[in-house]
Amino acid sequence: MLNQLLKSSFIPITTVVSLIVVFWYAGAVYLNSDVLIDKYERQNTEWNFKKLVEDSWAMGRPVLPAPHQIMSDMNKSLFGRKITSKRSLVYHGWVTISSTMVGFVMGGVLGILLAIGIVHVPTLNKSVLPWIIASQTIPILAIAPMIIVVLGAIGLTGLLPKAFISAYLCFFPIVIGMVKGLRSPDPIHLDLMKTYNATQAQAFWKLRWPASTPYLFASFKVSIAISLVGAIVGELPAGARAGLGARLLTGSYYGQTVQIWSALIVASVIAASLVFLMSFMERIVQKRMGVLS
Amino acid sequence: MEDSAKVVEAGKVDLVFQTADGPVHALSEIDLEINRGDFISLIGPSGCGKTTLLRLIADLEKPTGGVLKVNGMSPEEARLNRAYGYVFQSPALYPWRTVEGNLKLPLEIMGVEKTDQSRRASEALEMVDLTGFEKKFPWQLSGGMQQRVSIARALTFHPDLLLMDEPFGALDEIVRDQLNEHFHKLWEQTHKTVVFVTHSIPEAAYLSTKIVVMSPRPGKIIDIIESTLPEKRTLDIRETQEFLELSQRIRKGLREGHSYD
Repeated sequence: MLNQLLKSSFIPITTVVSLIVVFWYAGAVYLNSDVLIDKYERQNTEWNFKKLVEDSWAMGRPVLPAPHQIMSDMNKSLFGRKITSKRSLVYHGWVTISSTMVGFVMGGVLGILLAIGIVHVPTLNKSVLPWIIASQTIPILAIAPMIIVVLGAIGLTGLLPKAFISAYLCFFPIVIGMVKGLRSPDPIHLDLMKTYNATQAQAFWKLRWPASTPYLFASFKVSIAISLVGAIVGELPAGARAGLGARLLTGSYYGQTVQIWSALIVASVIAASLVFLMSFMERIVQKRMGVLS
Repeated sequence: MEDSAKVVEAGKVDLVFQTADGPVHALSEIDLEINRGDFISLIGPSGCGKTTLLRLIADLEKPTGGVLKVNGMSPEEARLNRAYGYVFQSPALYPWRTVEGNLKLPLEIMGVEKTDQSRRASEALEMVDLTGFEKKFPWQLSGGMQQRVSIARALTFHPDLLLMDEPFGALDEIVRDQLNEHFHKLWEQTHKTVVFVTHSIPEAAYLSTKIVVMSPRPGKIIDIIESTLPEKRTLDIRETQEFLELSQRIRKGLREGHSYD
């Protein structure tokens, strides 16, 4: 029992988490103290270190909220409200997840198709790849509002424009990964196909595609996380109606730091779960391919 | 396919590779005739172009001069007709396919019917003595077994010509001896035409009906030796005087062609 505990990752993970929590509480006292001491002096309140510590962990709008404040706010906004409520994090989280997924699927399909084209058509390799790389040098924060405005002008609002931004971000790692993946078969494996007089389509389905799966899932893991970033960025200029991005924006309008932090933590939990989901799918596929015992 | 006795005819075949360091003369004036049922070994030091010659026959490279015919056709036509089975230096099995899946690969590509595929796969597996390993994945097999699967894969679609590029080169000597003996029996039964690249003198002497000795820079043929050994052979034949004389002649050819400049 003890032996198992020592071997598992339980102890290192708890150690790191507890260290973070300790530093966080200390940081909350340090960062919030200026405001508090200022207030004490203005109101001529008696104060000591104990009072300062207690107050700095219970402020309404702290510079850095304490972990338990974020936890109780998350608890309230995840489980304490109807999930259809505009103040429920489940509602906002779902809005963000759905546009993340739609964007990811669009970007994935686009990325895979482009990679197939680039690998099979030499002119595409020379003409398209530079543009794909150039597309990623434009800061997404600059182009996101324009996508929202342009698509809004032709009547597309809501989920689709955000999904476009996600797709714009996440097709890139998939193209790069899949070009490499589809070119990854050994020359000897390709020669074998040639000796069988296989068509390009046969060589693709029987060799290039299965050989590229490790690359596919590696780029999926990167893409799904930045697809979430794209969705959140897309929610910022959309009038902040719904989504985690909207929660972040309204939080910063009104100085609701606790709200910002809970939205951030929910976002990172979603990102981690999506990446985990991809790893899980990868394991299933690898098992079915017999590459993993 | 016409049934000429000549499977491969090469007349003054030349191959020059254009590389960044200038042209490399890989093969020079290769004259060679291979008859149906021959077991030909191409032997020579590395860089003598023996693999390249095999790849020319397989249409994986194109000659830059001379005439090369396979089954009376150009190598490309022969390849499009799926005239040969190629066995590479490494097993080249697809890791995501089981042994059976790997054996079915050429059959799927060639459009053989599903019911036929399983039958032919198990026949080929029996020929290399691996019945029962159908559901295993390549990584579950030893190197020697993998190479046997790759030979079986080349047999599934019944080609008359087998092109083999040092198929046993990466194996240890004990396994190699076993496979040599086994493969010789297989050839005895089927009498397929085999072109076999090797750099092992005993292997060449034991397996072949004809041994082609090559030398490097540029790759050329220096001797073609008809084997005097009887067709039925076991590994013990390697202790006989006849075998030693044959080996000696091969070694002499290799030494003459080899320069250390």
